[in-house]
Amino acid sequence: MLRFNMTLLLVLVVCALALVTSQHRARKLFQELEREQERARQLDVEYGQLQLEMSTWATHPRIEKIARERLRMVQPDVAGRPIVAVAQPAGGR
Amino acid sequence: MVVRRRPQRGHRYTESPVLELALQGWRSRTVGLLLMAALLALIIRAFYLQVINNDFLQEKGDSRYRRDIEVSASRGKIVDRHGDMLAVSTPMQSIWAIPADARTMTAEQKRQLAGLLEMGVRELDGKIAADKTFVYVRRQVSPETGARIAALKLPGIHQEKEYRRFYPTADMTAHIVGFTGVDDKGLEGVELAFQQSLLGRPGNRTVIRDRRGNIIEDVGAMRPPQDGKDIRLALDSKIQYLAYSQLKATVDTYKAKAGGVIVVDTRNGEILALVNWPTYNPNNRQNLSGAPLRNRAITDTFEPGSVMKPFIAALALEQGKVTVNTPINTAPGRMTIGSATISDPRPHGLLTVAEVIQKSSNIGTAKIALGFTPKEMWELFDKLGFGQAPNLGFPGEVNGRLRPWKTWRPIEQATMSYGHGIAVSLIQLARAYTVFANDGELMPLSLLSVDETPVHGGRVFSPQTVRESRLMLEMAVQPGGTAPRARVAGYRVGGKTGTAHKIEGGVYAHKYIASFVGIAPISDPRLVIAVMIDEPSTGVHYGGDVAGPAFSRIAAGALRTLGVPLDAPLQMAAVGTGKEPL
Repeated sequence: MLRFNMTLLLVLVVCALALVTSQHRARKLFQELEREQERARQLDVEYGQLQLEMSTWATHPRIEKIARERLRMVQPDVAGRPIVAVAQPAGGR
Repeated sequence: MVVRRRPQRGHRYTESPVLELALQGWRSRTVGLLLMAALLALIIRAFYLQVINNDFLQEKGDSRYRRDIEVSASRGKIVDRHGDMLAVSTPMQSIWAIPADARTMTAEQKRQLAGLLEMGVRELDGKIAADKTFVYVRRQVSPETGARIAALKLPGIHQEKEYRRFYPTADMTAHIVGFTGVDDKGLEGVELAFQQSLLGRPGNRTVIRDRRGNIIEDVGAMRPPQDGKDIRLALDSKIQYLAYSQLKATVDTYKAKAGGVIVVDTRNGEILALVNWPTYNPNNRQNLSGAPLRNRAITDTFEPGSVMKPFIAALALEQGKVTVNTPINTAPGRMTIGSATISDPRPHGLLTVAEVIQKSSNIGTAKIALGFTPKEMWELFDKLGFGQAPNLGFPGEVNGRLRPWKTWRPIEQATMSYGHGIAVSLIQLARAYTVFANDGELMPLSLLSVDETPVHGGRVFSPQTVRESRLMLEMAVQPGGTAPRARVAGYRVGGKTGTAHKIEGGVYAHKYIASFVGIAPISDPRLVIAVMIDEPSTGVHYGGDVAGPAFSRIAAGALRTLGVPLDAPLQMAAVGTGKEPL
């Protein structure tokens, strides 16, 4: 009887230690997950900022200014525009 | 030594020599009683803690390690039809302080903080001198600055994440997109109109934190944050830019007070561009008030003038009262109705109905209009949507002014036929012209992109009437018409000019509103473009001269952008001066 009780006690102690360890590991993993999620959020924010930056660089007034002033582009002469007769798809750019 | 004889056995309790000591019975009873009392006290205490006070203590315990944290959600983006950003939120840091703690900062720390926040030390002192428990030091500083301030580890200085709205297209789309206040509340334009869908709903979660502040476990239910929905407008930012730059150039050239342009896709009523001048930069609204904020195209009404004439002619055609070739005598250029006299700027003599529109004769139009009953004319205006707000969901939409027909006098019926005595907004005009751009249906306009095509609206005219009316509109931009400068190389276009006197204090002043509403291309209409210039003041004020050229350039660029096939030879005298946008 005593031996049986001692065995049970040992099993109990082992179980308790296992619980502590697994809880600890779960928390470690959770922290890691949390860190990665934070990183994902950060990257998302950065993506938004980059999109914003891109659309700021790509505003039409800026493009026109560069085209005209730096690249010296001009609107082609009406007479010099060859017209190609194909059915054009409507819309789009 | 009798006692030593059996030392291993011990003695039995009853034989214990201690018992032979005669103690008074009350002593043991007292001790027993005291012990019982102590035990009772412990039980009562335990009951008190575990049962009665349980909730309070549980809460106290939780508050040591459990935290409710809010998970922020961002406001939806506003994009144009191609997905180009028009408004986007990005997180910023707000710096706040607990003044009592913040006052313990050393002079050196204050100097550093003030330097990073680009404010004076005195200003900073003023903020933290407040007798409050919470004060914003500066809202919306960049995340980099926030990180540097956090690194200083200042006492009583805290940070909070906040979103700030950016508008990359700035003043170009200011009126249509609108703007938000500092706490993410839409104050104008689409930001206000679609506030409910744009707004994000922050979520929350309950977590356990360890000593170092790391989150180690989620407990309880969590509500995930819901980001605001993105709004995709019908706007085409390229056409918007075209309209914006042309409007700006026109207002500059004619030293006008204000102006507006609306471009509508006739197939589904999408608003491809809507610009007003003056405008503002929504990214920097520090000293913003009054005039530039007004979305004139939608919230302001004006007497439209001659742009109303084609509707009168079309109604006469529809009723079979006239054909396009019916002659109408407009000589001598003056006409008296009751006690009032109306006149043409320049007398024309005998004109056909088509020429009345082409040359914009007030007398001719009035004569046609007087053939209708007031009710018929009122019904026409009503069907065209005058007197009713365009229902875009936009803040501040106006109905315009269309009085009930029972109160009309004949002279008013005559002046209304050429657009005086009735007030409309530019967007109502653009919408009314959609009837000429399809088979005669009034197209409902839409700020958002519309998936289905074609859209149907209420029928106003028959397809036959509309075809004839379009040819009359085309005549107006041809030599002999009022707006030869509105022509577009490579496309057949049509439209009608308007030059209306402004009313100031109830009388017509020598100030004008020049307008042009046109359709392009005539053979298969794709766009309705309405241009309005308020008070051109360089001496030129006719709609055909002021608004016509702007229409021409906007139409040319927009048609090319949309890839609409040419329907006319290119050999027309070039209006292009190399000044059109690329």
